[in-house]
Amino acid sequence: MTFFDKLFGKKTSANSAKERLQLVLIHDRTDLTPAELDSLRDDLIATISRHVEIDAQAMQIGVEHDGRSQRLIADIPLKPARRKSRKTK
Amino acid sequence: MPAQVITITSGKGGVGKTTAVANLAVALAMEGSKVVCIDGDIGLRNLDVILGLENRIVYDLVDVIEGRCRLKQAMIRDKKLPELYLIPAAQTRDKSAVSASDMTRLVKELRSECDFVLIDSPAGIERGFRNAIAGADRVLVITNPEVSAVRDADRVIGILESEEKGPASLILNRLNPALVKSKDMLSPEDVLDLLAIELIGIVPEDETVLIASNRGAPVSYDAKSRAGQAFRNIAKRLKGETVPFMDLDSQGGLWERIQRLAGRK
Repeated sequence: MTFFDKLFGKKTSANSAKERLQLVLIHDRTDLTPAELDSLRDDLIATISRHVEIDAQAMQIGVEHDGRSQRLIADIPLKPARRKSRKTK
Repeated sequence: MPAQVITITSGKGGVGKTTAVANLAVALAMEGSKVVCIDGDIGLRNLDVILGLENRIVYDLVDVIEGRCRLKQAMIRDKKLPELYLIPAAQTRDKSAVSASDMTRLVKELRSECDFVLIDSPAGIERGFRNAIAGADRVLVITNPEVSAVRDADRVIGILESEEKGPASLILNRLNPALVKSKDMLSPEDVLDLLAIELIGIVPEDETVLIASNRGAPVSYDAKSRAGQAFRNIAKRLKGETVPFMDLDSQGGLWERIQRLAGRK
């Protein structure tokens, strides 16, 4: 890492190592590939949408780690309930 | 008191398992413990050369298991430390010559004979590794601050957890403090954050380790070597002593070296 790299805010190689490992380890530990996570996400959207209207575009799903245990975290924004619009004359 | 049986494993090869076993065995024996180390890497034995005992081998692990000799006959006594023994691996056989129950039985027999049994596991997560952990009370996972080694260590830790062998402790080997400082190497904090297990020691990268291997006299003998000091500290921790972690930053500057020589640091 040279002085200039630091000056121009280039990510350190130790940082890229750590970030890459964080992702790899989550997949190694859960046996969940990014593709499977995507399909899980689609299933979740379909299931939940049958009960309540959600903002599928803003939905976030991911795996986080807490020590050595993994957690599936889904953040699903609901759409405000639309009042049945009264017909105006 | 029956012996503590400790297996050292890593997943990835070449991170320092054999070196660690040799050094911890020497350090424990120097402190007065009776130590038996077992080379679990059937077909690729190396612990004998690292300990400098390659010329003394008559019988090996497979000879004991297959009943061609008594356990005592396969225990090679160290040249310098009379309380240190090696049971070498067979060189002309493969892993299928040993089963997990063979290892458990062997270790059981050794328990009453000594204070520590140290088992050097082969790389990988197959049969040889499973044999090496079968009889262990405690497992030390060794890794380097490097992506592939950390990833493999995590796999091994996962397997140890599912086999209910845990909790494993971590040895972080070959840390280069200058590279950590320039942010070109994962720091001990990074590795611990990723692997989330207890740390038992950090061994700095140190050329005296290679020189010691060349001579067949592990670096734990070398009072001035920093890696040797790190291994001696881990040995003390295995015995239940509380030893503070070494200050690895003070490696660099001339002034700091002078201070250290003058005994001020």
